[in-house]
Amino acid sequence: MKILVPTKRVPDPATNIQVLPDGSGIATENIKWVINPFDEIAIEEALRVKERLGSGEVVLAAIGQQSWQEQLRTGLAMGADRAILVLSESALDSLGIASVLAKIAADEQPDLVIMGKQAIDDDSNQVGQMLAEMLGWPQATFASKVEIKERRCTVVREVDGGLETLAFTLPGVITTDLRLNEPRYASLPGIMKARKKELKEVPAESLGVDLTPLLKVKELRAPSKRQAGRKVASAAELVSVLHSEAKLI
Amino acid sequence: MSEVLVFAEHKNGHLPKTTLVALGAGLELAAKYGTKCVAVVAGDGIEEVATRVAGYGVAAVVMLEHPALKNYVADAHAQALAALVKELGVQFVLASATAVGKDLMPRLAARLGAPMASEVVAFGDEGTLIRPTYAGNALATVELSGPVKVITVRSTAFEVAAPSENAAPVRKVDAAIDPSALKTELVSFEETKSERPQLTEARIVVSGGRGLKSGENFKTVLEPLVDAMGAAMGASRAAVDAGFVPNDLQVGQTGKVVAPELYVAVGISGAIQHLAGMKDSKVIVAINKDEEAPIFSVADFGLVADLFKAVPEMVEEVKKLKQS
Ligand SMILES: Cc1cc2nc3c(=O)[nH]c(=O)nc-3n(C[C@H](O)[C@H](O)[C@H](O)COP(=O)(O)OP(=O)(O)OC[C@H]3O[C@@H](n4cnc5c(N)ncnc54)[C@H](O)[C@@H]3O)c2cc1C
Ligand SMILES: Nc1ncnc2c1ncn2[C@@H]1O[C@H](COP(=O)(O)O)[C@@H](O)[C@H]1O
Repeated sequence: MKILVPTKRVPDPATNIQVLPDGSGIATENIKWVINPFDEIAIEEALRVKERLGSGEVVLAAIGQQSWQEQLRTGLAMGADRAILVLSESALDSLGIASVLAKIAADEQPDLVIMGKQAIDDDSNQVGQMLAEMLGWPQATFASKVEIKERRCTVVREVDGGLETLAFTLPGVITTDLRLNEPRYASLPGIMKARKKELKEVPAESLGVDLTPLLKVKELRAPSKRQAGRKVASAAELVSVLHSEAKLI
Repeated sequence: MSEVLVFAEHKNGHLPKTTLVALGAGLELAAKYGTKCVAVVAGDGIEEVATRVAGYGVAAVVMLEHPALKNYVADAHAQALAALVKELGVQFVLASATAVGKDLMPRLAARLGAPMASEVVAFGDEGTLIRPTYAGNALATVELSGPVKVITVRSTAFEVAAPSENAAPVRKVDAAIDPSALKTELVSFEETKSERPQLTEARIVVSGGRGLKSGENFKTVLEPLVDAMGAAMGASRAAVDAGFVPNDLQVGQTGKVVAPELYVAVGISGAIQHLAGMKDSKVIVAINKDEEAPIFSVADFGLVADLFKAVPEMVEEVKKLKQS
């Protein structure tokens, strides 16, 4: 079983994000960069599927800059087998990213794509669904449980009002939710091994995919800050202000 | 014709508030562009709900019917909607950013080769759209180009559509679906049963965090407050991850976004990912024993106290109020 795991580099979720005064982006000095947490969960799940089956290959794919090598190496140290880094200096939109991933899928012919439901920088929650459509594959988004028997894949999804179970025959695209698993840390031997694993770089232009973005970010602004209010001394005072002052209860 | 097409999601014939918000946002967008807002209801045997949608000020309702649309599945719905969008020649397709909206709209966008903006909170000038990014730490102004544009809206950011006096015409369309392209089987749905108001519809939300320490404490300590206040219950990721409460109660960047009139955070520290899901609430109350907890920086009323003492006291006080 070959599993493709798209992997994005994002600021650590604990980072205090500052919007640049000119609105062109965020301040990037002092940012610790990590694998998108949902993609880390995807890598973990791919490794578990491979381990359960006793054979297979986990291939990471990223569309970004040279610096993204760092996160791909981390994924390789977790246990992925090899990585593909598509280099692009210009800003791409979700359709562009999905098109590149579709091209990689066409070349690599994976049985399954597992990826994050959402990148925690752009918060789009789009690429997995777009990729599934481009490939004409079934999709199971927001997965909290994945089971694969032979070529049959059963996925429990976190949806509004409960849990939904979908099934499909491979190939397909799964996007991960937070409860799917707890990603492992890269071990020291894993880190040593990762240095020797293949990390292939490919210029985006060489793929013959139209990457002209149809979504452009014109400006970023900091949202207005909420003012802290006041402290109350007791539960009784709290209920009393909510009743007589805020008129809420 | 260039129109705004709103995907009116329904749940077994019921129209959730999130759908009324999508209709409200669609009407607002159509008014901005001086065009019509049309709604589409998809399913099988949906005449009643389609007729109800027709009563919310839209110009027309399309009833998109096919046995394969009986239950929601992404591939069937994306196929049917894409064909309809092409037939109608619409400029915007809009849905609420619910679990279904998030699952469906990107797939539809890809099928149409159209760009998509997720969780839009406002329509800007010159065709721009405003949407939060970085867990709400930045508001992005984005511009979509191309003949069709796909949008999901955040349900806390727009008004619900008002019922209209006249009902719009309802037109039935047999959906164009190639059954050989349907590859997903819906196996089951395990509903989280609750008598309480829906998280995304409630006027008051009371949420608990890791500070509650157990699912048992959610029941014995927090739920009495939730019920005394007639509130919906929410939770932080930590509480959900620990299995204290079901997944769909998670409020935050990657859970549900709520903006009730009153949000009460109990034993929640106020991580940025949690704030992203509730900081637009009208009034925020925080109860936490740590006076340095970041939740207090957004709270209108803060109580530094042990929740196991403060919450039962609150329940008593609220009950007293209700009796008087
Ligand atoms: C990719 C990603 C996505 C995420 N998405 C979300 C999301 O959507 N929603 C979300 O909520 N989080 C999300 N998180 C997690 C978030 O970063 C925090 O870890 C989480 O919100 C913490 O939950 P908490 O406040 O309940 O727990 P903690 O941070 O552990 O806080 C518990 C609080 O309870 C207080 N407390 C303890 N005992 C008592 C007592 N007896 N009386 C009063 N107070 C007490 C403590 O002082 C503390 O402030 C996400 C994280 C990541 C990385
Ligand atoms: N530049 C990228 N390179 C690789 N994968 C990506 C990239 N952008 C997005 N993805 C994948 O798409 C998922 C959803 O991202 P998004 O739709 O941007 O929220 C992420 O979790 C990644 O798995």
